[in-house]
Amino acid sequence: MRHIISLLMENESGALSRVSGLFSARGYNIESLTVAPTEDSTLSRMTIVTSGSDEIIEQIIKQLNKLIDVVKVLDLNDGRFIERELMIVKVKANAQYRDEMKRMCDIFRGRIIDVSDSCFTIEITGSSSKLDAYIESIDKAAILETVRTGASGIGRGDRILKI
Amino acid sequence: MSSNHISGAEIVIRCLHEEKVKFVFGYPGGAVLNIYDAVFQQNKFKHVLVRHEQAAVHAADAYSRSTGKVGVALVTSGPGATNAVTGIATAYMDSIPMVIISGQVPTYAIGQDAFQECDTVGITRPCVKHNFLVKDIKDIASTMKKAFYVASSGRPGPVLVDIPKDITAEKYEFNYPKSVHLRSYNPIVKGHSGQIKKALSLLLNAKRPMIYSGGGVVLGDASSQLTKFVRTIGSPITSTLMGLGGFPASDKQFLGMLGMHGTYEANMAMQECDVLLAVGARFDDRVIGNPEHFLSKPKTIIHIDIDPSSISKRVKIDIPIVGDVISVLAELNDLLSKEKTKQNPSLKHWFKDIDQWRSMNCLSFKNDKKLIKPQFVIQTLHKVTKGDAFITSDVGQHQMWAAQYYPFNKPRRWINSGGLGTMGVGLPYAMGTQLAHPDAQVACVTGEASIQMCIQELSTCKQFHLPIKIINLNNRYMGMVRQWQEFFYGNRYAESYMEALPDFVKLAESYGHVGMKIEKPSDVEPALKEAFSNKLKERLVFLDFITDQKENVFPMVPNGKGLSEMITAEDL
Repeated sequence: MRHIISLLMENESGALSRVSGLFSARGYNIESLTVAPTEDSTLSRMTIVTSGSDEIIEQIIKQLNKLIDVVKVLDLNDGRFIERELMIVKVKANAQYRDEMKRMCDIFRGRIIDVSDSCFTIEITGSSSKLDAYIESIDKAAILETVRTGASGIGRGDRILKI
Repeated sequence: MSSNHISGAEIVIRCLHEEKVKFVFGYPGGAVLNIYDAVFQQNKFKHVLVRHEQAAVHAADAYSRSTGKVGVALVTSGPGATNAVTGIATAYMDSIPMVIISGQVPTYAIGQDAFQECDTVGITRPCVKHNFLVKDIKDIASTMKKAFYVASSGRPGPVLVDIPKDITAEKYEFNYPKSVHLRSYNPIVKGHSGQIKKALSLLLNAKRPMIYSGGGVVLGDASSQLTKFVRTIGSPITSTLMGLGGFPASDKQFLGMLGMHGTYEANMAMQECDVLLAVGARFDDRVIGNPEHFLSKPKTIIHIDIDPSSISKRVKIDIPIVGDVISVLAELNDLLSKEKTKQNPSLKHWFKDIDQWRSMNCLSFKNDKKLIKPQFVIQTLHKVTKGDAFITSDVGQHQMWAAQYYPFNKPRRWINSGGLGTMGVGLPYAMGTQLAHPDAQVACVTGEASIQMCIQELSTCKQFHLPIKIINLNNRYMGMVRQWQEFFYGNRYAESYMEALPDFVKLAESYGHVGMKIEKPSDVEPALKEAFSNKLKERLVFLDFITDQKENVFPMVPNGKGLSEMITAEDL
């Protein structure tokens, strides 16, 4: 099953490779991994999207906790949470595609952030599955380039990851 | 600059003094010249110059294994650090507390592909508990403090500190922190009391209780608590390779080692028990074989371990107890002292089964008149040393024979590479052990293949007058490889025959030691007696025993099979 794991770690050089190295060394999947400093500049927050059986997810959480640089780990799937990912897509917008691309962008509540004679650059945010759905919905031949940030997640309501 | 400023190199040395380090095992080189200059100008610890960095780390590792203190190694950048990697990985797999200091090229040269530069922190990352690259002289003291703290607390392990050359030359004041706090690292010590109570009640009410103890008991200095507990509840106990000595082997409750080359009774009892208490052990593949087969006989499993990630890793645990083994066992002993019935009434029946398995006599072997049996050499070694020597070993058949035929009654007497299985550790392990225990008998049980992997250390032994006795079980084969080829590869002995062997007697003599070649069974005991005699008390003796080439290690659980699916000597 797909799990979103959030963690706080020391904002130090090498911390990221300790986490990514752990996943490759133990053969765990990484669907996406995002990391950036938090409002406290000594801490970074990372969101890892992974998948595996309950036993594997339990091991992943334990192994992450074992890393000296990792301060706190939370499996967002243990409760209610919100997930968002940003995708920037460059699509063909010539006479053939222009109207359709504008329409699809509106349907997925995206925004056109750059325009040229032949293409649109569109930003869309949402859960990873919504972004997948957008890609599925438009003509593959129209896609020129995509870039995705990977998912970020946060607990709903009072569910807070803080030290 | 104030007058109390000292160089970064001197700061490193002062940190080692603060940590009361007695021995540093190392090898100099460009990036650590400043540090070596500071080593030269102090006399609080002894520097042991090895002949290869791998041996420095192994020797520091054995110093730790045999004393419980943190071992320290010092190597230079680039090849110094990469040579150390095997030693570090070996210590990591067996959770040995160590601090490895490596030199690095100057900070301004990092990333420039400088001479003898490598990404030491990157290369060692997967095989250390933690590592640091110190980029500022102000951080040397606090980093060293953290390194010793992380290495020795929680589940111990090696910690590497990489120090660029330029900051060892700069000057700064020395201020060693009194304590250390890491917000991201708080090892759990005390086990959950509710779980501990549950565990005791399960053990006391079981029909077939069993205890399985591992290296964590030795590392956690919990052997007297374990012994007290096991003797009070009266249950059978087995031990992993790493746990030998954690419970006295001469005790009748002890069933011997379990696992791939464990005794018949230990493996059968593991399989047939209904309540199993695992203490400081990790259910690894060489110990329980196939986990599904292991669980095919239903049992309730209690697991005490300081590392939460060891719990339910290979086998689902019913009662996990995360904590320091010594503290959890002390709590179990406390609870037990308040119980009315301290021993389980079903034990009598359980021991009847066990005695039946014992009567198989699975470790029996036939001595030969002409050929020296390797098991006989180990038995005689046990007799001659009165069972009280420190035994180090390399990796292979000889290691298993040493584990099977030299019963250990005390912890920290059996020094070998369990997890990584590193050939070549035996001699450097004996060096670290002998330096830590100068008056003790130290024997290195090895084979003609393993010993050649760190043979250069005979020179270190000469320089430091280490009277190690090397027990070379020379069967002219990489014995364990040959055994697997015989059993599983149709007797095709691919590259496992050791051709062109040196004359070990002359080799030992050329290094200034005593060499003996023993070819007859009747010479085994006299040779060992002579080697351990007062006459040769100060000398390293290399005993080259020419043994039976065809001897195999039994019993054996083939790879991927279940514990009760052993092959015994009689099956073949």
